[in-house]
Amino acid sequence: MSVKYTEDHEWIKVDGDTGTVGISPYAANALGDVVFVELPEIGLELSKGDEAAVVESVKAASEVYAPVGGQVTEVNAALEDAPETVNASADGGGWFLKIKIADASELGDLMDADAYAEFCKGL
Amino acid sequence: MTDLKTTKLHAKHIALGAKMVPFAGYDMPVQYPLGVMGEHKHTRGKAGLFDVSHMGQCFIIPQDGQFETAARALEKLVPADIQSLAPGHIRYSQFLNSQGGTLDDLMISRLGFEGHTHKLYLVVNAGCKDADYVHMLTHLPDDVFLDYKDDDLSLLALQGPKAAQVLGALCPQVLNLTFMTHTDAPIMLPSGPTFIHVSRSGYTGEDGFEISVKHEDVLALTEALLAHDDVEMIGLGARDSLRMEAGLCLYGHELTPDVSPVEAGLIWSIPKHRRGADAGYLGAARVAADLADKSSKRLVGILPDGRAPAREGTQIHDADGNVIGEITSGGFGPTVGGPIAMGFVARPFAKPGSAVNLIVRGKPRPAKTVKMPFATHNYYRGN
Repeated sequence: MSVKYTEDHEWIKVDGDTGTVGISPYAANALGDVVFVELPEIGLELSKGDEAAVVESVKAASEVYAPVGGQVTEVNAALEDAPETVNASADGGGWFLKIKIADASELGDLMDADAYAEFCKGL
Repeated sequence: MTDLKTTKLHAKHIALGAKMVPFAGYDMPVQYPLGVMGEHKHTRGKAGLFDVSHMGQCFIIPQDGQFETAARALEKLVPADIQSLAPGHIRYSQFLNSQGGTLDDLMISRLGFEGHTHKLYLVVNAGCKDADYVHMLTHLPDDVFLDYKDDDLSLLALQGPKAAQVLGALCPQVLNLTFMTHTDAPIMLPSGPTFIHVSRSGYTGEDGFEISVKHEDVLALTEALLAHDDVEMIGLGARDSLRMEAGLCLYGHELTPDVSPVEAGLIWSIPKHRRGADAGYLGAARVAADLADKSSKRLVGILPDGRAPAREGTQIHDADGNVIGEITSGGFGPTVGGPIAMGFVARPFAKPGSAVNLIVRGKPRPAKTVKMPFATHNYYRGN
């Protein structure tokens, strides 16, 4: 199982052909207190870079983009009643959705944990 | 970035770990490490300290030393009654353009101490202050003198249920103030004795004070207040969510050069004898016309069903999909515990409890209009 990161601060944890998607602790911290999460319909087909979910803090609304293309197979409905989980556990219980990865080669464009940490340092 | 102005507390904000953002030409703290939610709740629960030194402070001084001269002059530019303003009292009003749109909203105080009761003290918005000064210079008669204090005075706000106890320990005179009154009082700071101008007023809906203090004393006063366990610094993020819950207008959002004070629900700030087209201030005809015209729009509070916030610019529709208005401020109310918004709607929908739809990310979401404030005002009006 590997975790990859986008420049928009999403992460995707890959297990076989399923990817679990969330936002990084860096992004959750930058957003501040999350008060609302809008999740996609199960079955929705996403292309890499499509808007997959919305996350809103007290300050502003932000989009969560699909790190790779695929079909939404599951969403973390618990976030609808407890959006603060995104702040408490951005890389764990605060996951947003799972997708069936359409083309695993798209993962090659993403950063690994070390490269992402380096990327954040430069911001 | 290099063009941004700074307040005298700029280095203090950075030392406290504030996240700084450009606001009205100033580099200002939007939040501290406590975060917007924590800062908001701290203000409602204890006391929050705000640096609002970017706001404009100025005096209107009549050359003949007569208060009536200053009052009559300012009454040409604002709908409020200034002549009846007693020494030590404060009134909220607006500068209007010739079409009756709002150029700024402001606090007007008549000084209370012996020998100075002919002077008016104004606090105006940071983003409007340069234009306000030009507006006053253009329209005020020659027998009043304007004294801008940006180079001399900082401004702090201490807000929340503990504000009186905290400031009262340093300056007992403030405990005698009721909401919308002010005083000038001596205070002993580590930097030495000085005078502060304290108003019992604010922008959060809580009891509290706005404190005008000399630039050279503002850091010492800030540190003296922050030394209290009940006081935290609060940034512009929580200032916005606090004022929204209190149902208070923000210039550039609810108030613009197109919006009249009647449309913005500020008729309470215009006394009956100043509501006619012949009241004698710039924009009076529009105020009278909007009062008579039942078709003009009105500012309302809006409570979305569910948890999705509706932000500024969100369209408001009726049940049939017709556009009936737009959100001017919207977000999450930490004390309310859910989304809140303010916006203009067509007059028939201004009645509290009207069902409307908010178009958020293309989808209509049900909401209803409500009477503001969203969070109860806790002003101190005396025992």
